[in-house]
Amino acid sequence: MANKIDEVQVRRVARLSRLDLTEAEVEEFTDQLSAILDYVEKMNELDTEGIEPLAHCLPISNVFRDDCIVESLGTEKTLANAPQRDGEFFKVPKILDEGSGA
Amino acid sequence: MTNVQYKVIVGLEIHVQLCTKSKMFCSCAVEFGAAPNSRVCPVCLGMPGVLPVMNRQAFEYAVLVGLALDCRIPMFTKWDRKSYYYPDLPKNYQISQYDLPLAANGFLEIPLESGGGKKIGIIRAHLEEDAGKNLHTAGNFSQVDLNRTGTPLLEIVTEPDMNSGAEVRALATELQRIVRFLGVSEADMQKGHMRFEPNINLIITKDGAEYRTPIAEIKNLNSFRALERSVNYEVRRQLDEFLETGQVMEMGNKTTRGWDDEQEVSVLQREKEEAHDYRYFPEPDLVPVELTPEWLQQIRSRLCELPLQKQMRYVEQYKLSDYDAGVLTAELSTAEFFDEVVRDGAEPKRVCNLLTQTGLKIANEKGCTINNLGVTPEGIAHLARMVEADTVSSSSSVSIFEVMVETGKGPEVLAEELNLIQKSDAGELERIVDQVLAENPGAVEDVTGGGKKSKKARGFLLGQVMQKTRGQANPKVVSDILDKKLD
Repeated sequence: MANKIDEVQVRRVARLSRLDLTEAEVEEFTDQLSAILDYVEKMNELDTEGIEPLAHCLPISNVFRDDCIVESLGTEKTLANAPQRDGEFFKVPKILDEGSGA
Repeated sequence: MTNVQYKVIVGLEIHVQLCTKSKMFCSCAVEFGAAPNSRVCPVCLGMPGVLPVMNRQAFEYAVLVGLALDCRIPMFTKWDRKSYYYPDLPKNYQISQYDLPLAANGFLEIPLESGGGKKIGIIRAHLEEDAGKNLHTAGNFSQVDLNRTGTPLLEIVTEPDMNSGAEVRALATELQRIVRFLGVSEADMQKGHMRFEPNINLIITKDGAEYRTPIAEIKNLNSFRALERSVNYEVRRQLDEFLETGQVMEMGNKTTRGWDDEQEVSVLQREKEEAHDYRYFPEPDLVPVELTPEWLQQIRSRLCELPLQKQMRYVEQYKLSDYDAGVLTAELSTAEFFDEVVRDGAEPKRVCNLLTQTGLKIANEKGCTINNLGVTPEGIAHLARMVEADTVSSSSSVSIFEVMVETGKGPEVLAEELNLIQKSDAGELERIVDQVLAENPGAVEDVTGGGKKSKKARGFLLGQVMQKTRGQANPKVVSDILDKKLD
């Protein structure tokens, strides 16, 4: 059976997601992801003519909160799980490309 | 020589930080200058199992801006995830809106330097969350402060309708005025509340043929000055590049550039080819928003008269100059103060002079707004009416205004205390004029003799009267009396 997804695509998605995969993992995930896509493909058998796309699986909308402040964790708790810290900051490898900034 | 002409084409993306108390999807405070990583919770950190919840205020603020920009507001809008792999947003995606933004197809009118206005199309406006801050240190690592993560940002995208750096700046400043008038953003440039990304290219006509240069996007500009200058720089750079290489726009040759504010040049940014593969998909953690006509109406009712409308009304209704009207509408607090003084029955032109020449000057020196000077609109209206009634001269009104700010006393009391009540009693002034004429026969002769000395001599006599009355005589009345006596 031809795979839905090839190793090149898996490597690309892994790179985009900053994941470092071993050769064995690339092979394994190529098979697994292809199987998942095969399964999802089954849904194409359904006739969706005239049906609005679903934005969310729950039939609810408008879940809001009021604009009120609740106390944050504070710097110490925030940094508790940090792999590395530098004073009150998270310490991370230097960001080389300039695509950051939302 | 070849014949080269060009037209500048600019579209703008603007990020505006909304002034909510708490963040977009969690209840952490939005606070500039707080200790690093002190306004952070598990939602900000992207911890497993957390759920974002929408801030109603942020949503309503965003819709209000959409309405002010004459956008179509869809009754249904939803959230999407945009892949983002940088440490300043640790959950590895940004919550944003992709295919169903909350506002679309509007316009914003900008004032042109040549007078009149120009409509700039608005493609869309959507809400998203801000990232934290990466601080680059000297060492081989970066520091991350997540306080800003999750701050509500309104992204506004214009049509490429602007044709110069000046127009781009005009749009940015007009948008700043609007969001401030609406009270949805402080729009403080120093605090990064407004950030701009212009997309620029040129349509060049050379020897009768038309060429389009590759589009360059300049990232993350945070001042009006940098915005305008970067656009102007990019125009020159693209023109030179085209003349040298002949390179034209093609699929995929858009570039991203940064702005070096000190050198005043734009610099090509190295980006990986797949950097823009955002892989959007619907955000499963957030349910959609459905507006009702009643809710939309309720938000619409908070629209106020927008700054440019107000400015144009001041010109038409009150006959103020466009410049003065612009000064009065630069800030909502000034415009509201002006409106109140005028509503109290004072003459608009007079009020305008008092506020722009004295009030704003004092406010500037004190570093506050005009409504915080400690003088009431009623007090200023009273002062303006005293000038109109010739009770005080317009130069005295400046001193009275200043002392009103210092002491908090009313204008009438101060005019008395400072001896600034103008003498307009013709009988009393006539006696003083007679006295001055008797004391200065030489000057009288010069005036009645006509010739070039006449005007100067008349001014001297008027000055003598003002001196005798310690500046309290109404110059108009004195002048009339002089005319009568010396004709």
